[in-house]
Amino acid sequence: MTSAISVSGLVKTFGPTRALDDLHLDVQTGEVHGFLGPNGAGKSTTIRILLGLLRADSGTARLLGGDPWKDTAALHRRLAYVPGDVNLWPNLTGGEVIDLLGRLRGGLNKARREELLERFELDPRKKGRTYSKGNRQKVALVAALSSDVELLILDEPTSGLDPLMEAVFQDCINDERERGRTVLLSSHILAEVEALCDRVSIIRGGHIVETGTLADLRHLTRTSISAELAGPPGGLADLRGVHDLVAEGNRVRFEVDSDELDPVLKQLVSTGVRTLTSQPPTLEELFLRHYEDAR
Amino acid sequence: MIGTALIGSGHLVRLALRRDRILLPIWVLFLVGVTYSTTTALEELYGTQQSRDLLGITANANSAFLAMLGPLHDWSSLGGLVVWRWGVFSGLFIAIMAMLVVTRHTRAEEEAGRTELISATVVGRHASLTAAVIVAGGTSLLIGVLQALALIGKDLDPAGAFAFGLSTASVGLVFTGVSAFTAQLSENSRVSNAIAGGFLGVTYMFRAAGDAAGESGPQWLTWLSPIGWTEHVRSFADNRFWVLLLPLVAFGVLVGVSAYIVTRRDVGLGLLAARLGPPTGTIGTPFGLAWRLQKGSLIGWSLALFAVGVIYGSVAQAVGQMVQDNPTLGQIVSKIGGADAMVDAFFATVTQLLGLITSIYLVQAILRLRSEETSFRAEPILATPVSRWGWVASHAVFALAGGALVLAASGLGLGLVYGVQIDDVGTVLPKLLGAALVQLPAAWVIAGVALVLFGLFPQLTAVSWAAVSVALVLTLLGPALQLDQWMIDVSPFTHVPKYPDITFGPLAWLTLVAVVLLAAGVAGFRRRDVTT
Repeated sequence: MTSAISVSGLVKTFGPTRALDDLHLDVQTGEVHGFLGPNGAGKSTTIRILLGLLRADSGTARLLGGDPWKDTAALHRRLAYVPGDVNLWPNLTGGEVIDLLGRLRGGLNKARREELLERFELDPRKKGRTYSKGNRQKVALVAALSSDVELLILDEPTSGLDPLMEAVFQDCINDERERGRTVLLSSHILAEVEALCDRVSIIRGGHIVETGTLADLRHLTRTSISAELAGPPGGLADLRGVHDLVAEGNRVRFEVDSDELDPVLKQLVSTGVRTLTSQPPTLEELFLRHYEDAR
Repeated sequence: MIGTALIGSGHLVRLALRRDRILLPIWVLFLVGVTYSTTTALEELYGTQQSRDLLGITANANSAFLAMLGPLHDWSSLGGLVVWRWGVFSGLFIAIMAMLVVTRHTRAEEEAGRTELISATVVGRHASLTAAVIVAGGTSLLIGVLQALALIGKDLDPAGAFAFGLSTASVGLVFTGVSAFTAQLSENSRVSNAIAGGFLGVTYMFRAAGDAAGESGPQWLTWLSPIGWTEHVRSFADNRFWVLLLPLVAFGVLVGVSAYIVTRRDVGLGLLAARLGPPTGTIGTPFGLAWRLQKGSLIGWSLALFAVGVIYGSVAQAVGQMVQDNPTLGQIVSKIGGADAMVDAFFATVTQLLGLITSIYLVQAILRLRSEETSFRAEPILATPVSRWGWVASHAVFALAGGALVLAASGLGLGLVYGVQIDDVGTVLPKLLGAALVQLPAAWVIAGVALVLFGLFPQLTAVSWAAVSVALVLTLLGPALQLDQWMIDVSPFTHVPKYPDITFGPLAWLTLVAVVLLAAGVAGFRRRDVTT
């Protein structure tokens, strides 16, 4: 597999602020790559460097085999971008903007445009100033998704969408994956990244702190378990990887490192299990741990 | 009801003052400073009564002077000269100040969605408008009082000084009201500024036509203009303070109507409701988009400057006639080449003025680049295969070629009307069209300055307006203020050949300077970060 995006040692400062600090990012061709981080972590700055809108202070960035600052126009023919904060021209209709952006990219798929308008329930006849934030976002999404491009760069594309539309968006991205397109999806919504992405990079303070498949990352997460046992729980606290143990009579609640589940479950079974609920590890926890480290 | 509707006005006034803490002092300093320096310059220039008498005769007989500055009511006092030389412009500038301040704190805030944020707090329905009116009106009054004090500081008659200062303030108040009203009409702050600016243009034109019309003409036109009212105050001559009741009433009515509209409409919307548009688009190039965004302004400016041309063109014949009617003046004028020379001088002044006005359009067209960038609308465009250079060019062409269209429209109005009057359109029209178009390279230089700021110092893009103001002040007031020639030479319009002697040398090097500036601006933008 080749890399659609490969970034190494990227540094970008704005005056005294160091927005990106030795950032490394690798997105494989054909994957949906989650780009996860809290607000202000440097997601948008990275994306804008990849789009040639900002110039990196140092480090290298390669996009579809080209230099995003020098080969801007040629590269932009092969990608579509949805900004996190879509502003439309007040007196242009949504349909006009979709067609404008499509034509500037070299044409869009008419049938797909119609289909997307229907799926997103967007009225293309309204003027830009009358759209809500969510609807402005839909305009940019329809324009990007109906273009025939290799790479989609989406910067928090679902901000402002309601849960129904969020589901439509997830369907669309899965369609794109089947078409073999590469997607870089920046987000701070963890469920979205979890549902869609093959691999995830977590950014914090302008630096990638973790990258890998969801399975790779799971070993860093904990499963929450609560159980009612046949007798008093013994020996659980001594097991490796058990955290925050609370025992009340025969009931226990605790968290366990996901790769230490086996011995812990054996211990439970040896006591006898009446009820058991386990909550799978979420990126949420992973995210919170990294986020809290930053504080 | 009114009590609760005004709650929070005080906080909003403080917010506005905090946001404008640099802008407002500059306006105050500028309007008061020029009052003082004009007085000093005129004191030196017309030290003797003899020189003032001569000025009195020529100023009131010269239609170009009358159209541009208005009548000189009192040439026995220094104050009278100041009123004549600076009064109309003082009114124009304070009107622009009031207009920008009011729109900035009302419609622009609403358009940006910040009013929504504010309205949800403990703030009355009228607070936002009230605060804007207090800030703009208060600044107007402050400027008026300080202007009066500046004149009193030069030992001028206090009554005349206050008549002058309050006249200036009155124009500020009227345009505070005008912009409060236009801010209610459209959802777009650009449009509300354009309507108010158009009204200011009409205001100036009405008094220009009325003043230049002479005894037999439609002098009553000046009574329709808030700037004309300030002339009717006759500061230092008669100090007719009662005339100032007119602007006060206008201010009250306009603010009252605006406040009424505020209670009748939704936040964020204007009186002119938005309608559905086409579901598909035909725009497919950056130029197509720029055309869509800029055509309204281009057409509006072309029509407005055509109208200005028509007004000045219709006055030109009177300039010649006045010389024939007045034997004393005829003698003076014959020394400088007779009535024809007077008409030529008139057109030289007018075309220069048209060039200066057009440069405002050029800067506005260039600054569109910056507003597209800071509103993040440039970002999605620059993320398509459109090059930076192509995007800049799509808007810059409206400044460069559009400026030619605007100037041609003004020359057309000038030439057609004057040509019809003297029954010689064939000769006059091409000559005056040319006289208007030769201003273009100088206007391009101003556009070049704006593009350099945009490309190399984007945070300072708004300083482009300072470039326009400097050119205006240096070109129009520089000679009267007896500035050093090198200072006057800073304005590109100083170097444009004067009608009817057109030489191409200066035009060539002005164009070259403009090209260098434009190229530097584009090069700068291609190298810099897009503002995010």
